[in-house]
Amino acid sequence: MNSREAEVRNVVMAALGRIAPDADLSTLHPTVNIREALEIDSYDFLQFLIAINRELGVDIPEADYGRLQKLGDLLAYLEARVGDDKASQ
Amino acid sequence: MTDFLMPSLGADMAAGTLVSWKIRPGDIITRGQVVAEVETDKGVIDVECFEAGTVERLVGEPGQKLPVGAVLAVIRTDLVENDRTSAVARAPATPAEAATASLPVETPPIAASAATTQRIKATPAARRRAAELGVDLGLLSEIASDRIVELADVERIAASQDAGASSTSPDEGRTRMRRAIAAAMSKANREIPHFYLETRIDLSRAISWVDALNAARPVTERVLPSVLPLKAVALALRDIPELNGFWIDDRRQTVGGVHLGLAISMRGGGLVAPAIHDADRKSLDELMAVLHDLIPRARAGRLRSSELTDATATLTNLGDLGVEKVFGVIYPPQIALIGFGKISPQPWVVEGAVCVRPVVTATLAADHRATDGRRGAQFLEAVNRHLQSPELL
Repeated sequence: MNSREAEVRNVVMAALGRIAPDADLSTLHPTVNIREALEIDSYDFLQFLIAINRELGVDIPEADYGRLQKLGDLLAYLEARVGDDKASQ
Repeated sequence: MTDFLMPSLGADMAAGTLVSWKIRPGDIITRGQVVAEVETDKGVIDVECFEAGTVERLVGEPGQKLPVGAVLAVIRTDLVENDRTSAVARAPATPAEAATASLPVETPPIAASAATTQRIKATPAARRRAAELGVDLGLLSEIASDRIVELADVERIAASQDAGASSTSPDEGRTRMRRAIAAAMSKANREIPHFYLETRIDLSRAISWVDALNAARPVTERVLPSVLPLKAVALALRDIPELNGFWIDDRRQTVGGVHLGLAISMRGGGLVAPAIHDADRKSLDELMAVLHDLIPRARAGRLRSSELTDATATLTNLGDLGVEKVFGVIYPPQIALIGFGKISPQPWVVEGAVCVRPVVTATLAADHRATDGRRGAQFLEAVNRHLQSPELL
């Protein structure tokens, strides 16, 4: 795991942990649907995206929401976006 | 002088524990100011005082569990003193308060424990032990109701107080919230003759409109699609005021403002439905700002007393969980509960041709003592009409 992967993972896990403090995140499988597994409603999901925006500087358009359902896809998406945003700066 | 009393924060509340004071004797307070924290089954509530004046003295002490109606403090009001005696409770400031002030409570309010200590039936051993352990006998008599309080009762309560020590554990909080919901819902099912109506609503206009709005906005300023039905319901309640208000003392009491209760589920179970004040007069952005403030506070158990008492109807949206429709139970003494299910693509006929549209089923549970099916049908049609003009929401 490189440093960008680690940073994204840490930020995502911390944000999910704040929304679902009762859940054991260490057992989450990459293919699991996080909104179903962690009982995240649409309001919680918006809070999650706001936290991601604040901490990683990535603004996720609504059109991409469908690609963020599974934990593995979400992490891969954010790793790519963090990379792109930094490369373009 | 006016007495500031332990408020009734819902049909299910008999007593609350004073956690702390936010005021001191001599302080000048304004109408609506948060003056105390009170712990109830719904969490620690910031209690507002609807009198303006000067704090004369504080009667309740932090840590005390007091019944609804017990004197918490004495306020010297700015008004010229008239013939009213100081024992008269504050005059209700709003119609909603007037309604809740006369809320029929499950357990009749008992008098302040300090005043009734003499009348509590307890064995001498129980009294002695209660004094040693610092257990409030007034609280005990509430639990023991008619029978004589015995030594074992005192020990049991002392043990549970120790276990729950300074703050309520999450498990205990959930158990208490469950009890509060059980009391309110049992009352609803026992007393309210519910009737149900449902209608399917085409949301294609509303969704395209909010998608276009959000596409141009950063994530921090986006509007949740579920806020559109919220505003539409608030406007429809204004259109059909018969459904906005309370059924108290065998008659309907309509209310001036639309204070829409929003059901917010808690992680680990349970829910609260705090009021969004004047929801019909707030823009979608203002409603989003309210949600950003209200939902985290509701989940943390930090609501204000007016939010718990003022709701004039309740909205529950279970669409996130994938259900088609909601058959609601009304929160007494309200008259209506509106439910939304999930939005899904469904066949829809437009000008004789079948096409696919995003459709949601809206339901109304209403109190047949207060209103009729015709009015309910008009209400659901009004919700539909407002959702067809999202730019006006």
